[in-house]
Amino acid sequence: MNRADRLPLANFAVAITAFGIASAMAMMQALSRASLDLPFRSPKMYYLSVTAHGVLMALVFTTFFIVGFGYVVVTRTLNRPLATPRLAWTGFWVALTGTALAAGAILSGQASVLYTFYPPLQAHPAFYIGAALLIVGSWCWSATTILTYRAWRREHPGVPAPLALHGMLVTAILWLIATVGVAIEDLVLLIPWSLGLTKTIDPMLARMLFWYFGHPLVYFWLLPAYVVWYTIFPRVAGGKLFSDPLGRLVFILFLILSTPVGFHHEFMDPGIPAGWKFLHSMITMWILFPSFVTAFTITASMEVAGRLKGATGWLDWLGKLPWRDPTFSSVAFAMLLFAIGGIGGAINASYMLNSVVHNTAWIQAHFHLTVGSAVALTFMGVSYYLLPRLLGRELELGLLARVQPYLWFIGMALFSFSNHITGLMGMPRRVMEATYGGSPIAAQWKVLTGVSAVGGLFLFASAGCFVLVMLGTWLAGKRRDPQPIEWAEPLHPVAARTTLLDRYGLWTIVAIVIVLIAYAVPLWQHLQMTTYGSPGFKPF
Amino acid sequence: MNVPLYEKIWMWAAAVIIVVFALSVAVGYGASALQPPSHVETIDPAKVFGDPRFAQRGVTMTAGGATVVAVAMMFTFQPAEVRVPAGKPVTFRLTSIDVTHGFEIVGTNGNTMVVPGYVSQFTTRFAPGEYLIVCNEYCGGGHHLMSAKLIAEATP
Repeated sequence: MNRADRLPLANFAVAITAFGIASAMAMMQALSRASLDLPFRSPKMYYLSVTAHGVLMALVFTTFFIVGFGYVVVTRTLNRPLATPRLAWTGFWVALTGTALAAGAILSGQASVLYTFYPPLQAHPAFYIGAALLIVGSWCWSATTILTYRAWRREHPGVPAPLALHGMLVTAILWLIATVGVAIEDLVLLIPWSLGLTKTIDPMLARMLFWYFGHPLVYFWLLPAYVVWYTIFPRVAGGKLFSDPLGRLVFILFLILSTPVGFHHEFMDPGIPAGWKFLHSMITMWILFPSFVTAFTITASMEVAGRLKGATGWLDWLGKLPWRDPTFSSVAFAMLLFAIGGIGGAINASYMLNSVVHNTAWIQAHFHLTVGSAVALTFMGVSYYLLPRLLGRELELGLLARVQPYLWFIGMALFSFSNHITGLMGMPRRVMEATYGGSPIAAQWKVLTGVSAVGGLFLFASAGCFVLVMLGTWLAGKRRDPQPIEWAEPLHPVAARTTLLDRYGLWTIVAIVIVLIAYAVPLWQHLQMTTYGSPGFKPF
Repeated sequence: MNVPLYEKIWMWAAAVIIVVFALSVAVGYGASALQPPSHVETIDPAKVFGDPRFAQRGVTMTAGGATVVAVAMMFTFQPAEVRVPAGKPVTFRLTSIDVTHGFEIVGTNGNTMVVPGYVSQFTTRFAPGEYLIVCNEYCGGGHHLMSAKLIAEATP
């Protein structure tokens, strides 16, 4: 093992542990919603477990994995050590301490506020302080990535960053812009309020700040997956990247469009005028564009791979692809599930259509296709590729690795199909069970909650395979000389000099200007209003 | 930037699809019937029952339809059953005395967050029949039990 790889490996270890725990909780939730009376089933356990699942998956697994992957990308593409290794390690320990604090509060039943932690539900202060530390730790990663790039740029003036690093730089900048919202919510509103230093809190101000953060959070998860799709996947498929400059364009579009859209999570909220919601809806629609471009570019890259292997017909290139390679099949299924999830996302963003699906089971079906498949399945797939290369060991339990993506695909198809339908039928999300005292309307959801539970079992089996393969490889994999990480070559040579798409400072300014257009006036108007605060409640 | 022809066609098609989506939303925005609940009005959550706006809860018939005034609390709605005229515009006015709740009339586009300190308001119509109302925002250990009933009665 290379010394420099210890830091990404430490991050991956935390990510995989969080993923394993959260997966077990997810299965119990799917069974509970189908009204199966399992031992230890109670409202207290259920909502504790939903909180733990959401926080461990959406905030801990993703953040640690992305940070670990980011360090691999920046050190390997630039072939140089981190500019600030002390800062990077400090960030890791701060984030881990925060995670332990928040997890302790959740598992002891004092923070069942779900991962959205809307006040005036009030968690133990350790939960909010833990969240703050996790964010501060991740800032150390953003800073390290940017500083390492700048050190390299000084020695290579005018040379564009490799595409993988371009994607991770955008992710790091996006994360700094996004976390401003949640940091203010946490440090200014939630922590003083949970400590009793302030008596009341304005729930709508907290919601606005949370969703300022909550949507770019989605792209913080997704962009590293896109980095895998653009820069590792084409090579794994046996081909080349169809277009490097379009990849650069896609990441820049996400940088400027991800944040000024938060109100599309708040269409059903009082206190926000309709016109601002409409503006956010209009901006949201354009986030579809970079994903449409990605769908073409990556599919074309797969076709290039199939043709290099001798395919000549319209579709036979699909059969030439390495479907038995778990990295390939994971990413291929991740993209397929994301295509469906993306179309659902356009519906959610459609201003008035949203009222039919808001806070129904449709929403959990939607984001299990996006973050739960496009992101999580890609991260699992790339783990099969990266871990052996970082550890200098062979991938163990190869059969489990090979079936894992297929189990995830089947499980997620069942889970998301059934929850999309029950959502359209009006079943709310985040409920322990949905029987409503034997209501005949609620009884119509019953069969599909069973289908969802079966999907949950498949997903748990898949998650179990992944964790076992990781454990087996890490602890007992046969040692061998580490293989290099090979980045996909583009079909056409990359521009030798930087272009407009490599001007990160400029695009950051553009992003901030659009954020100000979307948020400055409604936030200012909100602060002018006479509002009444709420004390904390702990009904869990 | 050198973009291959097929990808150019694809990108233009994607842009057209997005414009169509955006236009359909814009048309709905222009036609005032299709607005999400975006009412801006505040209230002291500690004094809801004493506030004249929420002192009387229940259904009031108006010239064209009806107004429903209701309060959400852990883990029930007050009133827990309302009767409204079918086919006529019914305006809902809601607030919460404790945490954030949801108010969803299953099978309709009646759906709003109910946030303490704020008054939610929206208007919709119903076909005759019985409807289940559920809380669709997590509000604590009894969240899955929080429901109410709406009966839309055909009127002559």
